[in-house]
Amino acid sequence: MKGSQVAIQNVEKRFGDFQALKNVSLDIKKGEFYSLLGPSGCGKTTLLRIIAGFEDPTAGAVLLDGRDVVPIAANKRPVNTVFQTYALFPHLTVFENVAFPLRLRKLPGAEVSAKVEQFLELVKLPKEGKKLPAQLSGGQKQRVAIARALINEPSVLLLDEPLSALDAKLRQHMLIELDLIHDHIGITFIYVTHDQQEALSVSDRVAVMNEGEVVQVGTPFEIYESPAHPFVAHFIGETNYLSGTVTEVFRDKHVRVDFPDIGTLIVYEDKPLKAGDKVKVTVRPEKIRISLDKPASLAENMNLLQGRVDELIYSGFQSKFFVRVNEKAQFRVFRQHVKFYMDEKAISWKDEVYIWWNDNDGYVVEVGE
Amino acid sequence: MRKNYGPLYAAPMAAWMILFFVIPTAIIFSYSFMTKDMHGGVIYEFTLSAYRALNNPTFFKVAFNTIWVAFAATILMVALAMPASYYMARSKHKNFFLLLIIIPFLTNSMIKIFAWMGVFWIDSGLLNSFLLWAGVIDHPIRFLYNTNAVIVVTAYTYLPFAILPLYTTIDKFDFSLLEAARDLGASKLTATLRILLPNIRGGITTAVLFTFTSAFGNLAIPSLIGGNDSYMLSNFIRHEFNIARNWPLVSSMSVILTIMTTIAVLIFMRLNRSPVEVARENREAVNKPAGSTARAAGTGGAV
Repeated sequence: MKGSQVAIQNVEKRFGDFQALKNVSLDIKKGEFYSLLGPSGCGKTTLLRIIAGFEDPTAGAVLLDGRDVVPIAANKRPVNTVFQTYALFPHLTVFENVAFPLRLRKLPGAEVSAKVEQFLELVKLPKEGKKLPAQLSGGQKQRVAIARALINEPSVLLLDEPLSALDAKLRQHMLIELDLIHDHIGITFIYVTHDQQEALSVSDRVAVMNEGEVVQVGTPFEIYESPAHPFVAHFIGETNYLSGTVTEVFRDKHVRVDFPDIGTLIVYEDKPLKAGDKVKVTVRPEKIRISLDKPASLAENMNLLQGRVDELIYSGFQSKFFVRVNEKAQFRVFRQHVKFYMDEKAISWKDEVYIWWNDNDGYVVEVGE
Repeated sequence: MRKNYGPLYAAPMAAWMILFFVIPTAIIFSYSFMTKDMHGGVIYEFTLSAYRALNNPTFFKVAFNTIWVAFAATILMVALAMPASYYMARSKHKNFFLLLIIIPFLTNSMIKIFAWMGVFWIDSGLLNSFLLWAGVIDHPIRFLYNTNAVIVVTAYTYLPFAILPLYTTIDKFDFSLLEAARDLGASKLTATLRILLPNIRGGITTAVLFTFTSAFGNLAIPSLIGGNDSYMLSNFIRHEFNIARNWPLVSSMSVILTIMTTIAVLIFMRLNRSPVEVARENREAVNKPAGSTARAAGTGGAV
């Protein structure tokens, strides 16, 4: 692996009274595609700027392969950035933009040409070298920015919401290419985004941030399937969120929880619990099955509820149902349209329906008093 | 759909310019080739004597002095204006600083010149009094009535012409470009020279153009602040017009002045082309020409 190992140690950042980062510590492995995910204002960009050297942390250290880089100026760090607004130099051609770092190092012309061509090839823009940034499309500008950031062969590439200015289709496409480039170059990528889809689809690991703190670090699978914190459950994907009291703890890592508006349900015990604990539980909408008819036979480990469809949103590949249970609680249920829509037994407004899910799919995200 | 009358929209402006610029310039141009009348005015006889009369050491001295004053004042103004406008553009109190620049600019220029005379005055002038009090000098220095005083006061008077276009361009500059340059390995100085300066070139050119042409055609400052050796072309023209009443000579000098200014403007405009325009001239495919606003501001009213 050519990349660097990055360690963020107890980093704090204050802007006057505002605390942008509160004691953040992260360990990023060599060659990892690591995402910092969070809503705007969560401190993810500040952290990226600290790693790049544009901001100094108020306290703490940033280690690159064990060496603290905080005292090192931005232009001396083996780290390069892809900026959100691309920051291409408007007065230079594509070629000269990409060549800029090499020109600074005063490399001979032939070497510069060969290398710039190699990197324009990498981002699939071999013929656009003579154009000016103003003559490129958004996606092309993004590729130039990536080539320019990679040409110095940094050990860490920082990407600050690089795809946010692109339209949805192009974003998907660039994401796949970024992943390919990462596989090809093999250096450490640190990717800042507020878009959970982006983070989940390309990252090796994701750090979810909120209000200057890291709330959970894990693989995309862990972050999505077993959120350790109510914020993570809320922020990543859509979810159902229920509050209740533990009434019984079983031996097989399951608990019975009494929900005042719904009744009792069986929930997976991912945190040590005892009877009487107040808990918050999430169930992902796509884990819930929905049907007009009561399922003829249901396995023992299923939670079954009856309700009425309040609202439904058809969005092509799936429909979202908002199911009212016992008048007080509302569940979101996603149903994939695996068949031709007209052939499915259509569920409509005001229909009485049954919803059920595997008890392993209900997670406790917060334990209160 | 409304009809677009195209060039007709510029007709009032064109009429104005023809009446008050093109026709007078044509008259001056034709007068410069005519024979001098003893009491002012011209005799309608073609001659090159006015241009021949220019070939004398006094005229060359005055012309050189004019160029020197305009050049030195321009350098001084741009050098002062660059850091000032950079600071203004980065400040949170932009409007306040703009006001500070504009208020003295709107003050009557005679008042400002007399104020400077008060500062430079040899007997109990502000500057001499201060230097004597501070013990820097023993005897008052003669600051007034020389070319350096003209340069300083010219630079003071026209400084807003440098600050305003520079401020406008720097204000529009995307400072993340400097961060990008730093990120890619450039030192602060290199980033400024190779990224900031080329991208505010339009503003620099406009500043140079405005200040140079203003300083070049200056009349009041050299006559009040300058001495006998700091005569500028405008002083010379006025003197020849009022005292010597040599209208063809005055016209020929005006023609030379206009030509010199026009050449300067053309050179600066040439240097001021955006990279997109250069690319277009080189017959490159231009899909999305990005006309730089700084340039548009720079060429308007420069002549």
